[in-house]
Amino acid sequence: MRTPDQPDSAPTGGALAGEEYPAGEGARTPAARLAAYIRGGGIVVPLLTAVLAFLIAGLVMLFTGHDPFGTYKAIFEGTGLQWLFPWVTGDDRTTAALNLQQTLILTTPLILTGLAVAFAFRAGLFNIGGQGQYIVGSVVAVWVGSSFAGMPAFLHVVLAIVAACLAGAAWAGIAGLLKATVGAHEVISTIMLNYIAIWVGVWLFSLGGPLQNDRDPSLPVSNDIVEGAKLPVFWGDPVLQGLHIGIFIALAAVVVFWLILNRSTTGYEVRAVGLNPEAARYSGMSVGRNYVLVMALCGLFAGLAGALDILGWQFRLATNDIQIGLLGFTGIAVALLGRSTASGTVAAAVLFGALLSGTSQRNLDPSIFEPELATNLTYIIQGLVVLLVSADVLVLSLLRRGRGLLLGRRRPVPAQAEETSS
Amino acid sequence: MPVEAHALELRGITKRFGPVVANDRVDFDLKRGEVHALLGENGAGKSTLMSILYGLYRPDEGEIRVDGEPVAVGSPAQAIELGIGMVHQHFMLVPVMTVTENIVLGSEPRRGALLDVREGARRVRELSDRYGLAVDPDALIEDVTVGSQQRAEILRALYREARVLVLDEPTAVLTAQETEELFQVLRALRDDGVAIVFISHKLGEVLEIADRVTVLRRGRRIDTVPTEGATEQSLARLMVGREVLLRVEKPEFKPAGPVLEVEDLHVRDDRDLEAVDGLSLTVRAGEIVAIAGVDGNGQQELVDAIAGLRTPESGRIAVDGREVGGAGVRRTSDAGVAHIPEDRQLRGLVLDFTLGENLALREYRSPQLSKRGWLSIGRMNSRARSLLTEYDVRGGDAATLASSLSGGNQQKVCVAREIAFNPRLLIAHQPTRGLDVGAIEFVHRRLVAERDNGRGILLVSLESDEVRSLADRILVIYEGKIVAEFSPDATEEELGVAMTGGGAGQTAV
Repeated sequence: MRTPDQPDSAPTGGALAGEEYPAGEGARTPAARLAAYIRGGGIVVPLLTAVLAFLIAGLVMLFTGHDPFGTYKAIFEGTGLQWLFPWVTGDDRTTAALNLQQTLILTTPLILTGLAVAFAFRAGLFNIGGQGQYIVGSVVAVWVGSSFAGMPAFLHVVLAIVAACLAGAAWAGIAGLLKATVGAHEVISTIMLNYIAIWVGVWLFSLGGPLQNDRDPSLPVSNDIVEGAKLPVFWGDPVLQGLHIGIFIALAAVVVFWLILNRSTTGYEVRAVGLNPEAARYSGMSVGRNYVLVMALCGLFAGLAGALDILGWQFRLATNDIQIGLLGFTGIAVALLGRSTASGTVAAAVLFGALLSGTSQRNLDPSIFEPELATNLTYIIQGLVVLLVSADVLVLSLLRRGRGLLLGRRRPVPAQAEETSS
Repeated sequence: MPVEAHALELRGITKRFGPVVANDRVDFDLKRGEVHALLGENGAGKSTLMSILYGLYRPDEGEIRVDGEPVAVGSPAQAIELGIGMVHQHFMLVPVMTVTENIVLGSEPRRGALLDVREGARRVRELSDRYGLAVDPDALIEDVTVGSQQRAEILRALYREARVLVLDEPTAVLTAQETEELFQVLRALRDDGVAIVFISHKLGEVLEIADRVTVLRRGRRIDTVPTEGATEQSLARLMVGREVLLRVEKPEFKPAGPVLEVEDLHVRDDRDLEAVDGLSLTVRAGEIVAIAGVDGNGQQELVDAIAGLRTPESGRIAVDGREVGGAGVRRTSDAGVAHIPEDRQLRGLVLDFTLGENLALREYRSPQLSKRGWLSIGRMNSRARSLLTEYDVRGGDAATLASSLSGGNQQKVCVAREIAFNPRLLIAHQPTRGLDVGAIEFVHRRLVAERDNGRGILLVSLESDEVRSLADRILVIYEGKIVAEFSPDATEEELGVAMTGGGAGQTAV
């Protein structure tokens, strides 16, 4: 790649060197920093981040008088991932299969809400509105799914999914439009749109609300979607919440995400705008148009997540679900840990899906860990991941220090980035 | 009399980055009360050497001696302790803090647990009086000029009692006036016994300020010579390794019909002030028209308007007779306008894109590079490879990130991209800013070649040498108007008078 003709070019190449000599770093966008970060850390840093998060959470358990090893073992068994081991047989295998189905059911929306954040990241935007977009998608999916009773099944599913996607896209598009036209920061507007989505959603299904169910006026819940609007279950028993085909739709969305980003002119523009909006403008790209487009695509992914949950296993929407749901927010952690890449997002979604299902009260033995504390552990780990990803410099410098020791240097490289950037 | 130890000695410094040898057994010494210039093309190893001195990199081999004593510089903190101060090319200041706060940052004077602001300000004032470093200690960094920010950086080094001061391309961001002021400060510091390393690739400045020059080329020290008796030509030869044409060879120009016609153009700037005020000009095919002027006289807004980045308030911009004013970048570029922007890192390139991606920025929508919205990565890269060869871009292939190239090569990428789409009009805004002589020569030759290919070239430059050596016609811009036209044999003085608003209307138009 480099020739000795340009010796000085070497140190400015990677993120590691860039940190040591941070010339012109100030002009870089978050997406540009992220890009440097992806190159600098590769796959090692996200792994390290996850391990560190588990380690710290383990210490929390230790200090609160619990056995971290026993708990992590129980969580792992709760995820059903041991199904992948061929030596697990008999009843254990049956239980594991059931648990793994739950894990993958949770992974499905996390992949999509992760993509919703990741795509925005690649365009230099922070989409904090995944939760609202997810809710808008679920509301539309439950409405379409519980209406049009006589429709052919396939068409009904497609209609509900498409409508939910478009609704999510339109919802997020508002934030993009506000940014493009009046310069409103997307972090603020997406957070506000979250609240609007949550409370409008609650009102729709609450007592006396326009979309409350027709059977029991005392329940703040929607109508059930009709049989024909349900996604087929391909693994496990449909009655016992087997795995629906939504996971394949989510994985297809990952492929679409990758293709758009890396192979289409749209993605080329999105990445250019994300990495250097000025250069994009100088090349004749419309930065504002790209903002609207990117946010709309993000909303589409999140809306699809809402639709798959409704059509795949929830079948109805209660005001409670809307208020306590966190899948959209977890998408932020997924995208951060997954470094906003296609494969990284899938891997991080599986991790968080497994954590959520492994710590669910149904799976965990109360004698090992109080069930009410178990889910909190997930949020601790999730919070730690976000925190550690934010402290990327720390992880990178720890890594560098470690590498220095491995190479047998006498003294570890001191963390000197602060000095030059102060 | 004993021989006085050098303030600083670097002996046999070698630094490798993977297979690349950035410094190859480099020797460098510095006496007290001396300005020693470090001269070399972009990528010659100057910054690496100074980063080693400042503790940012560890040398693979070699020794650093301060006052004759071998030392290990493991971090900038240690360098500061040893009395080494560094003024980076990109300032390391906090914009929202005051000059004093920035200077004392990291070694704050304290009274108990509190910051002793008054004591800090007093010492800053004392230092600035002593060396003529005029700054307002209480002004916010973001409110003061670039020159003042640089003075604050120098003060910060002095505040930490630096006796060796390293200045990394300090004049790149300064106006001619500010450069002169800086040189006065440096002379005062030198006379006070401070040892100064002056990194630059501007030959004239090196000859003016330095006592000795060490020339690096491709990581090796070529020679160390006193500036007395050296000439720009001799230094350029050492630096590039061959004879360099400091003047462009240019055949007689044969202009054809007009390519760009601007009539009575009015453009407002970001603050809604009239920046271009009834300006008219014509660029014909096969000629280089230069806009000369002091920075901030409407050049940026004029270029933006012609390139489609800014909608003019009124007036006409036509390319080949087609009106393009306010049409936006895309349609303007479709009409045949190419634009080498002033700042290649901020506007010309996406630094985190590969060279292949950067070279496609103008034409990614063309049928050659994409079909129905899908990119052809293969063709993008093969096109990039042939352009990189044609324009002699070194240090990377189509898959290399633009950020890892040296400045000169980055500029070649910009130039390659803008010429490759075969424009009618090429706007070159400060096309050689921050480039070394070799790269300047390349860009100049290419612009002349494109002129002879029948393109119209609009050169906007603040360097009057560049204007006079490249242009076929020189237009002087002052307060948003063209106030004078010169032929290229105009003198520096004539241009200077017109550029500052004097003598308007007297010159032969």
